[in-house]
Amino acid sequence: MTLDRSIKVLVVDDYKTMTRIIRNLLKQIDFHDADEAADGHEALAKLRSGNFGLVISDWNMVPMTGLDLLKEVRADARLKHLPFIMVTAESKTENVVAAKQAGVSNYIVKPFNAETLREKIEKVMAHA
Amino acid sequence: MPDNSSVSIAHLRGDLTATAASLLQELDSLGRIVSTARAEVVALRAEGLDEDLIPSATDELAEIVNHTAQATHDILDACEQLETLQAATPDGSEALVAATTRIYEACAFQDITGQRIAKVVSALQLIEARIGKAKASFAPVVAASVPEPTAPAMLLNGPQLPGNAISQSAIDALFD
Repeated sequence: MTLDRSIKVLVVDDYKTMTRIIRNLLKQIDFHDADEAADGHEALAKLRSGNFGLVISDWNMVPMTGLDLLKEVRADARLKHLPFIMVTAESKTENVVAAKQAGVSNYIVKPFNAETLREKIEKVMAHA
Repeated sequence: MPDNSSVSIAHLRGDLTATAASLLQELDSLGRIVSTARAEVVALRAEGLDEDLIPSATDELAEIVNHTAQATHDILDACEQLETLQAATPDGSEALVAATTRIYEACAFQDITGQRIAKVVSALQLIEARIGKAKASFAPVVAASVPEPTAPAMLLNGPQLPGNAISQSAIDALFD
């Protein structure tokens, strides 16, 4: 199956360095259409007004966490099927399970490399 | 020189039951513990632990985060400039992409170290608050009001130490 690399990706992280790194890594693996949001609220507003094909979000953000954002996305009739990858330094089993129960499409532990990012995107887009 | 409370207890002991004398002795011991604790709290002030050392250490750590963030952005700037050279160097283009990708990946260190340092800062602020509370209890004259840091709800614990977390492959297994 050929992966559609023209999809618009929303990168959500309150750490500017990290959004910049992820956007650059996305470019390296040929995803050139990306936007960013600094927290869950901004992300929701962008998702509701834009045409995104994938969300890559950090978990640790205030005031709305990545998990809260995920739950809002899954509760939104128009967005509920949107592929959603959580990228976080947190790797405790119970939190991964909590994210999975909330409907996360995949989960990447920081630090990660471009190959892991590509592999996870391909995997979630194959099921989208 | 014998301390007054010991002398009083010794005097009283003859007129009290064994239980009452034992209780008084316990109270005497507790009094000594409180007295020692109070002296230690006052000593903390003399050492400047809560008013100088801990706040200073917290500020230093915050500066480390700021400096590494700035350095990381500088590295990313340079890396993005390198990418613009790819078109001009077709022979080395693939190697250039591989090298810049490695730099982007490595720059994630700043996020991870930033989160780890934030955890240390939280711990220091908690210690600072506890010392403030202890001073308020034992030495009201020198007490300073230090607000206790509150952790935002639903946040995670950040990067785990090796052995405290599961690996990416174990996480992958949960999604297969």
